[in-house]
Amino acid sequence: MRDLLADETFGQPLIEASGLRIGRNGGTLLDIAHLALDGPGPTVILGPNGAGKSLLLRCLHGLITPDCGVVRQGGIPLNAAARSRQAMVFQKPVLLRRSVAANLDFVLKRQKLSRRDRKARIATLLDEGGLEGKARQPARSLSGGEAQRLAILRALARAPDILFLDEPTSALDPSATQRIEAMVLIAARRGTRIVMVTHDIGQARRMGHDIVLMQTGQVAEHALARDFFDAPQSQAARRFLAGALVL
Amino acid sequence: MLLILSGDSELWAIVLLSLKVSLLAVVVAAAIGMPLGAALAVGRFPGRRLVVVLLNALMGLPPVVVGLLVYLMLSRSGPLGVLQLLYTPTAMIIAQVVLVTPIIAALTRQTVETLDAEYAEQLRSLGVSRLASVPTLVWDGRVALLTALLAGFGRAIAEVGAVIMVGGNINHVTRVMTTTIALETSKGNLALALALGAILIGIAVSVTGLVSLLAVREGQGEMRHA
Amino acid sequence: MFGKFVRGVALGLALVSGSAAFADDNFIVVQSTTSTQNSGLLDAILPTFRDKTGIEVRVVAVGTGQAIKNAMNGDGDVLLVHAKPAEEKFVADGWGVERRDVMYNDFVLIGPEEDPAGVAGGKDIVAAFRQIAEANAPFASRGDDSGTHKAELRHWEEANVDVAAHSGAWYRETGSGMGATLNAAAGMDAYVLSDRATWIAFGNKSGMKILVEGDPKLFNQYGVILVNPEKHAHVKAAEGQSFIDWLTGEEGQAAIAGYKLDGQQLFFPNAQ
Repeated sequence: MRDLLADETFGQPLIEASGLRIGRNGGTLLDIAHLALDGPGPTVILGPNGAGKSLLLRCLHGLITPDCGVVRQGGIPLNAAARSRQAMVFQKPVLLRRSVAANLDFVLKRQKLSRRDRKARIATLLDEGGLEGKARQPARSLSGGEAQRLAILRALARAPDILFLDEPTSALDPSATQRIEAMVLIAARRGTRIVMVTHDIGQARRMGHDIVLMQTGQVAEHALARDFFDAPQSQAARRFLAGALVL
Repeated sequence: MLLILSGDSELWAIVLLSLKVSLLAVVVAAAIGMPLGAALAVGRFPGRRLVVVLLNALMGLPPVVVGLLVYLMLSRSGPLGVLQLLYTPTAMIIAQVVLVTPIIAALTRQTVETLDAEYAEQLRSLGVSRLASVPTLVWDGRVALLTALLAGFGRAIAEVGAVIMVGGNINHVTRVMTTTIALETSKGNLALALALGAILIGIAVSVTGLVSLLAVREGQGEMRHA
Repeated sequence: MFGKFVRGVALGLALVSGSAAFADDNFIVVQSTTSTQNSGLLDAILPTFRDKTGIEVRVVAVGTGQAIKNAMNGDGDVLLVHAKPAEEKFVADGWGVERRDVMYNDFVLIGPEEDPAGVAGGKDIVAAFRQIAEANAPFASRGDDSGTHKAELRHWEEANVDVAAHSGAWYRETGSGMGATLNAAAGMDAYVLSDRATWIAFGNKSGMKILVEGDPKLFNQYGVILVNPEKHAHVKAAEGQSFIDWLTGEEGQAAIAGYKLDGQQLFFPNAQ
């Protein structure tokens, strides 16, 4: 694929996938010849259900090992050290059956911070997520929006270079969605590279710097957001944007 | 009934022995069963499914069979006869451990496995290895695991077939609530047996109630997802 | 591997639960029958022996058949049961040192007050059994190889009734102790052969009474045997023998004679 984003690249692409392939029962679920996420982001991965968006995200995060192909971060194949500088937020937040603060502390403890530092960090994070005053509440008693905010805060507590989000707002109402989007954009501004999956075109317009459109396991188009929405190159993109049912 | 409750020291000794034997049995069974169940939940090895099925089946071990097996082990003619444990509370604890361990292990396996299905990706994403995720799964499954312990305790304290065989129902030594009830029933003292039964039920209910209270305080957050 | 593990757990438990009860090693285990326990006799007389000698007697009360099996396994120091032929075989086979008579009571035929087989007031147990069989009246048997069960089977044999053929019909084997069998008999208005002591002490007599008694064939002799230390070296021979000596001696015999329930003497000492 033509390197559309060359003008905005600085050195090595942050994360790239080559020759990724995942097959199941004779069919191909994922087939990526080459994808380089080398812009500043956020990157939004668009596409219908079953296009392989989540699968791609999990490969990039190292949760799934592809049948063949390689994911590189900063030029070297994904390893534990690289993975520790990534974080991911899932469609349905998986919160530990503990208090809100303990969910954050779970991550901070693994960073071997002192008790005092952890406490301070938790207070800052809760403040940023609008969850101040809920520190001692059981995490599982939070509302859907609050729960997803906590999941994002917990991911950010790892101070990741890259944050993957898998349809984080698909189950939320507009006002909850707005708060999540604001949080993600703030994180992006502070230097966290965002890679986000959604099937909501509106969200892609609001959030995306570059768009990856996926269809049947393949990358149909990867373009800067303004080009993707104003002058889509591929047939799949034109149909998707026109609201046709892309399968 | 009042007569029974009013400070009959012999009765309270029996109640105390019942509690001591069953609580100790549950503690030992938990020490064996919980790690076993957790390992079975997160571990992957050939024959695992078979072990799981076997474990589930062992939950229904007939107490008299366990009693007989433990008797044969501990009898002076048995392989462990030299330990002189037959007709002691220790023998009763061993029998109850054998009965209760599969229950605790199987329920732990189920709890941890269910939780693991939900947590596995998230924990991996947070850089937690499979092995290191076990304490997290156990701690987060604490409410369900407490219920597993309760189930084990209930089985232990209510069981008569095994303890009467290996304990011998010896007055002042191995006579517990259930064997006393069996004895009084066979003496035709049905009213006394019934009263003792009421005490046994009372104990079971208070222990369960106490633990549930704890669980509710711990697990308020569960409600939404239950 | 498994054995080692069990041994470790067992040892650990022994340490954890090492209460005063086992720290005190001065005890013997007596394998006995449900009748001696259910009647309350042993609970009444054993403290006297303990106070005198400091030896605690731990009684395991099971059917005579199981008591003998347990003793053969070495799980008891003394055997106190009531099935003379089986006891003599136990000694003859070398499991026991010597058999001594201790006491006797008698068996009685219990049945519903309505007495469907019409045996009430009889003095001939064999005739009564024959009548019960002819009337197909329900009969509850211990069916557990106990001394009482063995005695009952002798009477059926003499009456020429093949009870095995009627098992499950009017002849019902409970497979349990005397008390449980009495409870079952009360529940199905059945006849039942019981030792007198258990019957007198039994608290659930609802609608049942003694119908046949006094036949010499109903004599029920108890014997006491020390388990042979040559078979099981751990048998506490000295303590066991001192219990046997006490039980068959003046003091023990007096204690047996003195045990009364509702004013009735339950056991009659007859040691030589």
